[in-house]
Amino acid sequence: MIVRLSEFDNCFYVGREHKSPPLTNKMMEMEPQSAPTPKKHSKKPKYSKFSQQELPAWKPILTPGWVIATFTVVGIVFIPVGLASLFSSESVEEASIRYDDQCLTEMHSENAVEFIQNGLTNKTCTTSWIVERRMQAPIFIYYQLDNYYQNHRRYVKSRNDKQLMNPASEGDTTNCYPQDKTNDSMPIVPCGLMAWSLFNDTYRFSVNTNSLAVNKKDISWGSDRSSKFGSKVYPKNFQVGGVVGGAKLDENIPLSQQEDLIVWMRTAALPSFRKLYGKIETNLEVNDEVEIVIENNYNTYEFGGKKRLILSTSTWIGGKNPFLGMAYLFVGGVSLVCAIVFILLYVIKPRPLGDPSYLSWNKNPGLLK
Amino acid sequence: MAHKRIRERLRRSALYTFGCLGTRTRDDDQPHALHGAGYTRTVQCNQPHLHENKPPYYCKNNISTTKYNAITFLPTALFEQFRRVANIYFLLAALLSVFPISPFSPISMIAPLAFVVGLSMAKEALEDSRRFLQDRKVNKRNVSHHAGNGVFEPKAWKDIRVGDVVKVEKDEFFPADLLFLSSSYEDGICYVETMNLDGETNLKVKRSLEATLGLDSDETFKDFTGTIQGEDPNPSLYTFVGNFDYERQVYPLDPSQILLRDSKLRNTDHIYGVVIFTGHDTKVMQNSTHSPSKRSSIEKKMDLIIYILFAVLVIISVMSSVGFMIKTKYKAPNSWFLRPDNIEVQYDPQKLGLAGLSHLVTALILYGYLIPISLYVSIEIVKVLQASFINQDIHMYDEDTGTAADARTSNLNEELGQVDTILSDKTGTLTCNQMDFLKCSIAGVAYGVRASDVELAAAKQMASDVDNDSESDGYENNSGWESSKKAPIKGFGFEDERLMNGKWVKEANVDDLLLFFRILAVCHTAIPDYNEVTGTFTYEAESPDEGAFLAAAREFGFEFCRRTQSSVFIREKYTNHGKVVEREFKLLNLLDFSSKRKRMSVIVRDEDGNIILMCKGADSIIFDRLAKNGKKYLESTTRHLNEYGEAGLRTLALSYKRLGEEEYSAWNNEFQKAKTSVGVDREATLERVSEMMEKDLILVGATAVEDKLQKGVPQCIDKLAQAGLKIWVLTGDKMETAINIGFACSLLRQGMQQICITVPNLEAMSASDSTKEAIKDNILNQITNASQMIKLEKDPHAAFALIIDGKTLTYALEDDMKQLFLALAVDCASVICCRVSPKQKALVTRLVKEGTKKTTLAIGDGANDVGMIQEADIGVGISGVEGMQAVMASDFSIAQFQFLERLLVVHGHWCYKRIAQMICYFFYKNIAFGLTIFYFEAFTSFSGQSVYDDWYMILFNVVLTSLPVISLGVLEQDVPSEVCLEFPALYQQGPTNLFFDWYRILGWMANGVYSSLAIFFFTIVIFYDQAFRSDGQTADMAAVGTAMFSSIIWAVNCQIALTMSHFTWVQHVFVWGSIATWYIFLFFYGALSPTYSKTAYQILVESLGPAPIYWVATFLIAVSCFLPYLTHIAIQRCYNPMDHHIIQEIKYYKKDIEDKHMWKREKSKAKQETKIGFTARVDAKIRQLKERLHIKQQHSHHNLTSSPQQQQQANLL
Repeated sequence: MIVRLSEFDNCFYVGREHKSPPLTNKMMEMEPQSAPTPKKHSKKPKYSKFSQQELPAWKPILTPGWVIATFTVVGIVFIPVGLASLFSSESVEEASIRYDDQCLTEMHSENAVEFIQNGLTNKTCTTSWIVERRMQAPIFIYYQLDNYYQNHRRYVKSRNDKQLMNPASEGDTTNCYPQDKTNDSMPIVPCGLMAWSLFNDTYRFSVNTNSLAVNKKDISWGSDRSSKFGSKVYPKNFQVGGVVGGAKLDENIPLSQQEDLIVWMRTAALPSFRKLYGKIETNLEVNDEVEIVIENNYNTYEFGGKKRLILSTSTWIGGKNPFLGMAYLFVGGVSLVCAIVFILLYVIKPRPLGDPSYLSWNKNPGLLK
Repeated sequence: MAHKRIRERLRRSALYTFGCLGTRTRDDDQPHALHGAGYTRTVQCNQPHLHENKPPYYCKNNISTTKYNAITFLPTALFEQFRRVANIYFLLAALLSVFPISPFSPISMIAPLAFVVGLSMAKEALEDSRRFLQDRKVNKRNVSHHAGNGVFEPKAWKDIRVGDVVKVEKDEFFPADLLFLSSSYEDGICYVETMNLDGETNLKVKRSLEATLGLDSDETFKDFTGTIQGEDPNPSLYTFVGNFDYERQVYPLDPSQILLRDSKLRNTDHIYGVVIFTGHDTKVMQNSTHSPSKRSSIEKKMDLIIYILFAVLVIISVMSSVGFMIKTKYKAPNSWFLRPDNIEVQYDPQKLGLAGLSHLVTALILYGYLIPISLYVSIEIVKVLQASFINQDIHMYDEDTGTAADARTSNLNEELGQVDTILSDKTGTLTCNQMDFLKCSIAGVAYGVRASDVELAAAKQMASDVDNDSESDGYENNSGWESSKKAPIKGFGFEDERLMNGKWVKEANVDDLLLFFRILAVCHTAIPDYNEVTGTFTYEAESPDEGAFLAAAREFGFEFCRRTQSSVFIREKYTNHGKVVEREFKLLNLLDFSSKRKRMSVIVRDEDGNIILMCKGADSIIFDRLAKNGKKYLESTTRHLNEYGEAGLRTLALSYKRLGEEEYSAWNNEFQKAKTSVGVDREATLERVSEMMEKDLILVGATAVEDKLQKGVPQCIDKLAQAGLKIWVLTGDKMETAINIGFACSLLRQGMQQICITVPNLEAMSASDSTKEAIKDNILNQITNASQMIKLEKDPHAAFALIIDGKTLTYALEDDMKQLFLALAVDCASVICCRVSPKQKALVTRLVKEGTKKTTLAIGDGANDVGMIQEADIGVGISGVEGMQAVMASDFSIAQFQFLERLLVVHGHWCYKRIAQMICYFFYKNIAFGLTIFYFEAFTSFSGQSVYDDWYMILFNVVLTSLPVISLGVLEQDVPSEVCLEFPALYQQGPTNLFFDWYRILGWMANGVYSSLAIFFFTIVIFYDQAFRSDGQTADMAAVGTAMFSSIIWAVNCQIALTMSHFTWVQHVFVWGSIATWYIFLFFYGALSPTYSKTAYQILVESLGPAPIYWVATFLIAVSCFLPYLTHIAIQRCYNPMDHHIIQEIKYYKKDIEDKHMWKREKSKAKQETKIGFTARVDAKIRQLKERLHIKQQHSHHNLTSSPQQQQQANLL
């Protein structure tokens, strides 16, 4: 316990002198060092137009003029392009002959799959077609398959590009399962489902009993032949034993010259697709009767796909496709309509640009709280 | 030991009446009964090793505010990264990508994720390392500690242990919480500045125990031992309970013996102390809550959208899985080309369930492009760049301190554009905490011609309203008059020829003037400090006001030069024929200041033997205590006081009274009796006795001191208010000070109804009533009454201000009352909370944040603001002054409060719009792209095949579409910065969330869906089965995919170009460059050997490039993608233009230059209506004057003698 009360009376009268201690001045002198001096460690940002966000800028604003001009220009550009496309598309002559059903004899129509899988049945079938309009060479021959999922993930993956290109990698059959090796573990070249299911229908054409030459050269992309399919890679163990898929390959011809295979192996994007079979390099005149002999080998019956033979000419936009032109015409037309509507809108109910009365605080002064 | 005995007689300082007793308010000095939980701390003084050898072990004194350390960084930061759902998803996808189930190659999944996460973590590491360096600097500070045998040696802070005896020198910070043993003053007091703790700048007096007074030199600690028993670490700054066992005596300890870490020793050469709490146990550290990681509300909403996208992802995945199962069940067994008889399990029609399940996983990965993986990283990049713009802004650079703005965490940039409420600290934030003596009223005459900041600003505002053309940019004007009125003498801004340089002796009431100056010079508790260099005195005052008074007295020629325990010495110039006379005033009694008394008095005996009581205090208090004959100047003084109050000045009234010898001794006996009495009511008795003396006073005059606001604060507050922001002030200061500052920064004004909510006076209630419940009821009553009052108010211009103190807040913040309190506060134009503790600041902030669901911003400069800064949605620290705690805890630091305007109104506005547009666009582009993958699935019997090359997909997000959107996010400006500042109303686009509402988000998503449909189906139909070139080839998957992808690149990049309104060369390069990059990439990718390029080999050069249909189709698709959007914005702009549209047009057509009047008018209109700030004050004033004029006109012939005040105001009009 501390006794203090007795001395409390003196509280005020006890001298306590606060002199400024000599230390003070030293402290005062030291202080400026610790205090930040403006110049010493100035972190003043450097001025640049960029850092101050003052770069010169193009500040377009969407004036009625711009809007109308844009729509008009789109309309004016699109309609001629559309007309040109449509015209080109219309100038293409195209004939489509579905033969998967035609080539089934009645006795086989019930068991088409059995028919097609049987190696002994005669699958040759003949059909004819009369040229309706003149077709200018080159006339492209396509086969078209329906319901055929070349774009199925399993199918797309089932190939080995190294093996196709490089003779040294013929043992590399990664991704090719189950068409990677034969039963006795020999690598299949070319491996994979894609090559294995190679289309194997063939067509022969004759006009007025003169057979038409079908050029099967250069139907594939040049880059494929030169860089993707090796000129020293030869088919090996292909379609031997096991389940036979599609066409067989001549083991004496290098892959780079197997153009049917090369075309086939460019996977189609959609389940209905055409692939180039060959070219006819003579013109077909009106009323020429083209007789077509089809070897109907390829099994589309199992999955219910159709097979078609297409003969078509081409223009700068390729084959017959009126959609592009129509789309252009449609978009161009809509743009023109928009342009007109906007012109009318701006005429009927114009808004003066930069009119401050449209500012929110002028429009509805009560709304600002 | 004679020395010691003298010392014992000295005892405690008697300078403070109540102070003498204040620390001894307990009935008697019984040691505390300390036992049980909460009081387990035992400190062996001077034997720190004891704490290391056996329990209890205490923590070290090093502090760490970092989020991570070297070991925990990787796991913690990774964890932080993968708390983002999107990242978890991508991590899973990356893990799964090594299995055949994945539709993509592993590299295409892992590389972007690693890039994204790595970049974010690098950013975290950088930010944390800065914190680490700061901590290390603090931990490495030295303090001298007792190394043994009476030798003191320097030691780093981090090595200080509990029980150490340390010696802290003047102006050093205390390294830990200390028990104060002795100081360089003989009576064991020391002065402490606690600015970093509670924001109060006035010095606080601490007293050591008498028992330890003898420990006053290094040697005495040789054999010093003792034991402290005390409370456990807790965050309460103002309490401490403990016992000190020293020399077989037990002494009770209380807070006045505790020196807290981060407070500073002032005005005392050195002190000795024993370390009680170290490091994170210290009160200041206990007060700091862990710094939370904050996320902006846009980001939170973005998360929600990402969840929605996830839902869409799951839905379309399930859809495609179902589709896949159907196809597999019915189709696959017949699709012989797939070899269904010999098939991997994920396609196997025989195991449909398993196949379906694995397909679901595949699909979830495949459609992952719906979720923008690069969104987070792009946003991070954008925000870092935005932050660097904030850092580099030359307009936010403070020349005086050499500090620029610093965006310390960049993830809140856009939140700056959405702030609704600002919670501001006062001291050091709004004010510089420097008082300038500006005006005074003596004997009914007003002196002082210099105008206060508030007056100047108001005058400027008035002038600009009248004369529009003379107004120029706020900043320019501001700097002009700031410099002109810079006070050359600290604390003295007075200017009036009548009083300066001794001319006052020629004034009429020279006796009153003399008395006035003497009161200024004598009636205080300050200590002079002689500066040998300048030869002048500076003063260590308890409050800066007193410093200002003394400076003023000195300048008037009454220099306070010496204080002894019993006397005050004043050097008077100009009185006796220019000679300097040193006069002694014997200090008989000192009745010191308390917030309750609101006055202080001294009773002195002058050299002639007269006894005089000098009293200064709040005007209301003094006026109540005037003698009948003391009211001579009452009327004019009152008028002056009103004017001063209006001008935002702190006022005090000065008075005196002469005492007869008998009268005094009679009273003194009573007083001494009261002082020596024992018991709880001692203080009350003392107060009663003091009250007896402080009456029948004679008014001399009043002082007006300007609490110097920081540069540009009122203007900034005005602008912020015009931008629609609400401003609350939370301060540790006392109520009067806070109210004065409220006036000074126009948060309060005359005519505003002040609602003061306080704890009911305990004395007024009987003892039984003063329970917690009763107090609570009373406060509840006050709150409900106030709410009622506001509800019943009819006048739309009526403004209310809520003023509440810390004690009341403790009740008001309780769960059952806080909603009522908040509702009341929200109804008030300004809210001022005074005497609040750091914790309460944080609690108030939380209440506002959670109660209003709006964005809050807290701004402060001291350690006492840390809690609030961390709690608010955005914390802003004021840098450049000492004490880095607030800055360290903040998200943004600026050098001055005034930069807040630019930070919010310019950077906040821009960042908000940029981020909002950017996110919307991100969703658009990923939906547009991701859905095409889904559509394509339907054509591949849902097998999980992608039409695009893996590399296209990687590049899509990372390269081909990222830079334009980043340039949008970094450089887009709807209006230039000066327009943002001129049109504060534009800021409201942020708080009302105009650019990130669901309408807009869903609109963008719909646009994405439309684009995806247009792109996919147009491409598919155009490249259907026919030849796509004149030489007969049909398009394969690679050609279709590449064509489709080209259209996407065109579409999304044209879209962003349409979104932008501000194209610098950067945008041009990025947008058009992205499209060019795509073709360049395609060219080079196609040129690679097919081993790498696979199906894309030579695709541009050989197959697509030469085909006109490819280009024609791309053009068609790109145009059809943006036409609907173009139509939409054209219509919207035409018929429902937004403010920034109009302003863009005005600027575009240079109407602002042609029609300056219109531009000016719109600028002045572009404000949110507000009840605070100058503008509101001026408006109110004008309204008031108009009314008065109206009344005056009506009564003018009746009332010929209007008051001078009215005349003055009429003249103003």
